[in-house]
Amino acid sequence: MSKASWLQSPLKLEKRPSDSQKIAYLSPVLAIALTLISGGLLFLFLGHNPLTALHTFFIAPLSDVYGWTELGIKVAPLLLCAMGLTLCFRAKIWNIGAEGQFIMGALGGGFVALQFLDAESAWVLIPILLAGIVSGMAWAALAAYLKTHFKVNEILSTIMLNYIALNALLYAVHGPLKDPNGFNFPESALFADAALLPVFSDDYRLNISLLFGLFFMVAIWTLMSRTWVGYQIHVLGEDAAAAKYAGFKQKKLTWFALLACGALAGLAGVSEAAGPVGQLIPAISPGYGYAAIIVVFLGRMHPVGILLGSMLLGLTYMGGEMVQIEMSLPKSLTGLFQGMLLFFLLACDLLISYRVVRNKSVNVSVAREATSA
Amino acid sequence: MMARLLLKGITKTYPGCIANKDIDLAVKAGEIHALLGENGAGKSTLMKIIYGVVKPDSGQLLWEGEATQITGPSHARQLGIGMVFQHFSLFETLTVAENIALGLPEADSKNLDALSQRIKTVSEHYGMALDPQRYVHTLSVGEQQRVEIVRCLLQDIKLLILDEPTSVLTPQEVKSLFKTLRQLASEGCSILFISHKLDEVTDICEGATILRHGEVTGDCNPQAVTSQDIARMMVGDDTPLTENYEKAEGDLSQRPTVLNIRELDFKSDDPFACALHGLNLEVKQGEILGIAGVAGNGQDELMSLLSGEETCANDRINLLGQDMGNWSPARRRELGFAFVPEERLGRGAVPNMSLKENALLSSSHKGLLHTNWFNKGLIKFDQVKQLTTTIIEKYKVKCGGLEAQAKSLSGGNLQKFIIGREIEQNPKLLVCSHPTWGVDIGAAILIRHALIELRDQGCAIIVVSEDIDELYQISDRLCAICDGHLSPIKPTRDITIDTLGQWMAGHFNTDENTNKQTEELAHV
Repeated sequence: MSKASWLQSPLKLEKRPSDSQKIAYLSPVLAIALTLISGGLLFLFLGHNPLTALHTFFIAPLSDVYGWTELGIKVAPLLLCAMGLTLCFRAKIWNIGAEGQFIMGALGGGFVALQFLDAESAWVLIPILLAGIVSGMAWAALAAYLKTHFKVNEILSTIMLNYIALNALLYAVHGPLKDPNGFNFPESALFADAALLPVFSDDYRLNISLLFGLFFMVAIWTLMSRTWVGYQIHVLGEDAAAAKYAGFKQKKLTWFALLACGALAGLAGVSEAAGPVGQLIPAISPGYGYAAIIVVFLGRMHPVGILLGSMLLGLTYMGGEMVQIEMSLPKSLTGLFQGMLLFFLLACDLLISYRVVRNKSVNVSVAREATSA
Repeated sequence: MMARLLLKGITKTYPGCIANKDIDLAVKAGEIHALLGENGAGKSTLMKIIYGVVKPDSGQLLWEGEATQITGPSHARQLGIGMVFQHFSLFETLTVAENIALGLPEADSKNLDALSQRIKTVSEHYGMALDPQRYVHTLSVGEQQRVEIVRCLLQDIKLLILDEPTSVLTPQEVKSLFKTLRQLASEGCSILFISHKLDEVTDICEGATILRHGEVTGDCNPQAVTSQDIARMMVGDDTPLTENYEKAEGDLSQRPTVLNIRELDFKSDDPFACALHGLNLEVKQGEILGIAGVAGNGQDELMSLLSGEETCANDRINLLGQDMGNWSPARRRELGFAFVPEERLGRGAVPNMSLKENALLSSSHKGLLHTNWFNKGLIKFDQVKQLTTTIIEKYKVKCGGLEAQAKSLSGGNLQKFIIGREIEQNPKLLVCSHPTWGVDIGAAILIRHALIELRDQGCAIIVVSEDIDELYQISDRLCAICDGHLSPIKPTRDITIDTLGQWMAGHFNTDENTNKQTEELAHV
C-alpha cells in the first residue's frame, strides 16, 4: 500500500470497506464484452470485417440443431471438470490438474475398452467407466498425498502431473496400445460399438455424457450447499484458522476434494474416449481440463453460472473450427479467446474488493512541503 | 538539549481505522526510549513512519532539529536510522557477511574480506561475537538478531529502532542484548525500544511513551514510576470499579474438579511461540479462574492446547475425568468444552460467511445435523436458523439479520455473538481469551454478566485477559502467566494488585512479600 503511494499516479486503487456483490456478477459480463472488443480488433488487424468474423466465431456454429448437439458434446466434459474444480477451489485447493486427471481417465478407461474389442453387450461400459473414474482419482491422489504429507504446493504438483499424464498417453498410443492394423498411426484400435456411450439419436453424436454432467452439477451443488462436508470445505477455503478452531480435519477434506475432482475429470476423460472420439488418440483432450478452470471463475462457482460458462467455452472450440473452415484463420484462435477471457476476468475481479479513486495524497504532500518551506 | 528525533502531531489513518492520532514523541541523543502499548495500539505503524516505510497523513518529523521528510528506508539509513524488525529479513542460504553486504551501498560491499574484518571488529566491540563466514541457517535466533543489529551498526548509526527484540530471545540472550544496548547508548546512539514487557522496560529504558488506541496516553520515566502505573496507561480504564459481581459462594475446594492440567510442558515448532514449562492447574465446577499476564507469555499456546488446535501427551490434560491431551477439538466439544478465541474474525468466526453459517461453525454436535442413514450429513437449516435467532436476541447482537456477514458486525457485537454461540452449547468448561478486548462498555458488561450467569449454573470458566480490573471483577481465583510459567493460584480476594504485578513479571516467590505486608499491617 505504501509502495503504491510512492508512485504518485493521479489514480489509485483503494480497498472497498466490503466486497461489492454487484461487481462480482458484473465482472464476467464485462470480461466477455472486453474479450469481444479485443477479438474484434484482432480480426480487424488480420484484415477481416470484425462483425462478420465474430458472427462466424460465436453465432454461426449454433445456427442448426446439429450445432447445438455438438455444443452439448463439448459442454459435458467441461461441466464435469468444472464441478470437480469448484469443490477444490471452494477449499482454496488450487488444483490445476483436471487436464491430467482427464487424460488419465481416458487412458485408464480406454485400456479397459481395448480389452473388450469383441464386446456385444453394453454392460462393458460399467468396467470401462469405473476404470476411467478410478484412474482420474489415482492421478489426483498423487497430488493429494504430496500435499498432505510433504506440503507440496498443489499448483506445481498438478501442473507437472498434467505433463506426465500427457506423456503416458503418448507412450501408450505409440507403443503398447497402438492399433496393430492402424498403419503405424499413433492411435489405438477403434472401440467396440457396445463400448461406446449410447447416443440420443443416430443422426447426432451427442451421448449420455451430457446427463452425467447435469447430474453431477446438481449433486455437487447439493453437496456444497446442504451438507456438513460441503460446509466444512467452504470454511476451510474461507478461513483455515476457523476450520482448525472448529476441529475440521483439514487433510481428510483435502483428500476428499481432490479425489472427487479426479473422479469427475476421469469420468469426463473416459466419456470422451468412449464417446465422440471412440478410440485413444494423442489429442484426446483439446484442453478441457484447463478451459474448465476458466469456466469455474467465469461462472462464479455457481451451478447456473458454470453451466453458462461451459457453453461459452464450448462455443470457443466450435468457433475456432468455424473460422478455420470459413475464413482460413488458424484454429488456435480458440486458445487466444480463452486466454483473453481469463485475463480480462482476473483484471475485472480486482474491482470486486478495490475501487479506483483519485490520488489525493499527491496534493496533500505537495501542500505539506509548501507549508514546511 | 535538542532532541535527536522529534515527532509532532503524527496522524495516519487507514480506511476504517485510525492507526496513529496526533502522536508526539521525543528521543534524546544517547537515550534508550521505550514505546509501549498493547497489540494494535499503533506502535508498529509509528515505527514504520519513522523508518520511512509508511507516509503519515499529517504531522511533522524533526531529525536533529530539522523538519525532514523521510522518503523511504534507504533515506532513513542515510540519515543514520537503523531498524531491526521483529521478523528478520535474512537469506538463510547465504553467509553472515553476504547477508550484510546485500544491504550496504555498493562501495562498502565490494570487498567481502574487508567487510568480514569490519563485521568482526564491530561485533566484538559490542560483545556480540559473530563469525562472518557462517551460514545464517546454522545460527540461533539470537545470533540472527545480532546479524541484523550489526548490519545497522556498520553504518554511522544515530538511532536504532528495535521492534520487540526480546520476544524471540532466551533470558541469557536478553541480558547480553541489554548490555550491548547500554554500551551503544553510552556512545551516544539513541535507541527506540518497542515492547510490551514491563520489566524489561523498567530495566533499561530512561524514557517511555505509552500508546493506546493509536493515541499517546502518557510519557514517563520508567525508573521513577511503578510497573503498575505504566500498566494503567497501557490498558487504560483508570476509572474506579463501578460494577460488582458476586463471587462464587462456599468452599471451592469441596467442589468436583472439571479441568485438571498436570505438569504440562510444551514447545511449539514456531520459533516465535512461547514454550510452556510444568504447568499445573485445576478448575472447579462453578468457578471463574482468571489468568493474568502480558501478551506473548504463553497464553496463546495454553489456549491452543486446551482447545485441541495443538495437542500434547494425553494424560497431561484431563477434562471431567477423561484424559484428552491429544483429542481433536471436535471430540473435546462433544464432552462439553467450549472456547472463545482471541481472534474474533479469522478464527472465532469466518469473516465472509453469514451469521447463520457462523452459528453452525462450532455447534454442529448440538443436533444441527441429520443422523439417519438416509439423509446423514445434511444440515438441519431450520434448527440452525432457530439457534442463530436465539443467539441474536438473547445476547442483543446488533446486526443486519441472519444473513449478515460476520465481518459486517462491530467488534463488540461479533464478540457477543461468539460468546452467545459458545454459551448456548451448555458447556461444562468454557475458555475465554480476552473476552472484552476492544469491546465497548455496554457489550463488555453484557458479556461479563453472561459469564457470571453461566458460572452460577455450574460451568467452570477460564478467562485469560490483559485487563486486570476485569479479572478482579469476575474471577473467583486468580493467577498469572509469565514466560510459560504459571504463578500460584489463589482466591482473588487474597491477592493484592502488587502481588499480581509481581507475578506478571515472573516473580512468583512472594512469601517474602506477603510477610512484609503482614508486618506492615501489624505495624499500623
